[in-house]
Amino acid sequence: MDLKFLDFEQPIAELEAKIAELRKVEFDNDINISDAIEQLEEKSEALTSTIFAKLSDWQISQLSRHPGRPYTLDYIEHIFTDFQELHGDRTYADDPAIVCGLARLDGQAVMIIGHQKGRDTKEKIYRNFGMPRPEGYRKALRVMKMAERFKLPIICLIDTPGAYPGIGAEERGQSEAIARNLFEMAQLKTPVICTIIGEGGSGGALAIGVGDRLIMMEYSTYSVISPEGCASILWKSADKSQLAAEAMGITSDRVREQGFLDEVVREPLGGAHRDFKTTTGNLRETLLRHLAELKVEPLDTMLAKRYQRMMSYGAYSDEPVKA
Amino acid sequence: MSWFEKLVPSTIRTNSSNKKNTVPEGLWNKCPSCNAILYNTELERNFSVCPKCDHHIRINARTRLALFLDEEGREEIGKGLKPVDPLKFKDSKRYKDRVSQAQKETKENDALVVMQGFLKGQPIVAAAFDFSFMGGSMGSVVGERFVRGVNRSLEIGAPFIVFTASGGARMQESLFSLFQMTKTSAVLTKLSEAGLPYISFMTDPTMGGVSASLAMLGDINVAEPNALIGFAGPRVIEQTVREKLPEGFQRSEFLQEHGAIDMIIDRREMREKISDILSMLMSGRIKPAVDTVVETIVETEIVVGQEMPVDVVVVEIIEQPENDTP
Repeated sequence: MDLKFLDFEQPIAELEAKIAELRKVEFDNDINISDAIEQLEEKSEALTSTIFAKLSDWQISQLSRHPGRPYTLDYIEHIFTDFQELHGDRTYADDPAIVCGLARLDGQAVMIIGHQKGRDTKEKIYRNFGMPRPEGYRKALRVMKMAERFKLPIICLIDTPGAYPGIGAEERGQSEAIARNLFEMAQLKTPVICTIIGEGGSGGALAIGVGDRLIMMEYSTYSVISPEGCASILWKSADKSQLAAEAMGITSDRVREQGFLDEVVREPLGGAHRDFKTTTGNLRETLLRHLAELKVEPLDTMLAKRYQRMMSYGAYSDEPVKA
Repeated sequence: MSWFEKLVPSTIRTNSSNKKNTVPEGLWNKCPSCNAILYNTELERNFSVCPKCDHHIRINARTRLALFLDEEGREEIGKGLKPVDPLKFKDSKRYKDRVSQAQKETKENDALVVMQGFLKGQPIVAAAFDFSFMGGSMGSVVGERFVRGVNRSLEIGAPFIVFTASGGARMQESLFSLFQMTKTSAVLTKLSEAGLPYISFMTDPTMGGVSASLAMLGDINVAEPNALIGFAGPRVIEQTVREKLPEGFQRSEFLQEHGAIDMIIDRREMREKISDILSMLMSGRIKPAVDTVVETIVETEIVVGQEMPVDVVVVEIIEQPENDTP
């Protein structure tokens, strides 16, 4: 598998290349050098551990956008069965940047909504790089209301650079589409579990991100603006992205410290793209656990807790005012 | 430079021209649209709308509320709320310093001011963004004040109106700021449940996270003429699509044409029009406890002396017992 190593993974990449070369030599010449290969593999794993033990926030941000990371459809394939995709907002179009559908999770029917990015150039364009237009959010809302009607839990998988900033998107009410979802999701009478699987890009992520649980994959990020965007506005220079990533606290561990998360799902060594099976297995276990908790909760309690959670957002001081 | 100044030797010229620049401060203003020089008193009398070209000049939150609400019976909500710095955020400047500077310049603690008051005698809660406070950006204090304002509306059974003017979320508060979109949208579900009108009055500019949450959720969405309203900023869009943006793109008139807002209201008519709309929207409600309504009416009648149909409202109350259904 072509792992597409990131800059900071270059030492690992070199070792892996050497291992691949040795394997080829072994295969071609029918000699036994498996001990040497094994040693190198151990070394590569140790090196990966060392590098991944102290990743910077900016490096994690790069991992969250790694082109090999599992996307929504990969999670659907590995975690769920009987997926039936549902298309269209019934008004204007079908937005391929958001995938919706019915599926079963361990036998129970659920509604899945997730951003979808593309792997090759053609698919990237088709999926618009995972940047939804208003019709994507409206499709999501349509199936959410349907899930509510048929008492199905909703699973949201979030992975977007942000809502698409285009002329048509503005004309068709990008703001309204996002706002409407926030408003409706706040009161959906069915459990909603949201997981950031890659990039949690601002309002475009939030628009399918309101619910009873907020989960982040270990190397995902969640931010109000991309580090590049923040850097270009506040530092007036896009190459200060590292500082911006650091300052905003966008990694799963930092977001958990800020008190917004229910759980961080651990990824295999080297990141989710190294091992889809383990990654998706970990998320499956987490989803099942939270779903079981939510299913026994009376609806009123669940909605009251969701409302309480939303009202608790914010950090401020409140001093009494002298009349 | 006048002909006379040109005659004066350059060595002594500098002082006089400096003085010339400082004299009109506070007295005269220039319309940012048509460059007309305007006399401030006249401008204020005209609700800060340019008398020459009708350009709606940006006004701060307190001025807005002063223009909108009746003079008497105003009470500020959430005044003691102040921003903190949860992430110890620092870019080229510390967030703390940016806040203190904005506080000093605007004399506000944060970018939203909320007041309970009356509009032509009808009780109302009104909130206004202050664009001069860090671009009207929405952080935790803005969100919390908004929520408290809506909660006050629920308590007293009055409509809620917000005047938006914001560049969006406040980056320095990161997710604390992003989640104010959730918070403000969620509290509006309660207003909707209670059957109380929510009016979103968008002014120049209303962008990003504010536009994509509380601003677009009005029962009635209104905009001032020619206000810039949208999700992504024009520059970002231009860079993304690599095309020139159409004339009037993301302006109020464009939004009305595309179905995003109900109407455009001239600032000078906002009191009349909003009060009219609200009285119609509120007319279907079962009246709350009689005493409080009567009390309010009496109070406003005395204080404000507006030409409101006091008798009609009272008669309605007398004719309709408390638990009457329409």
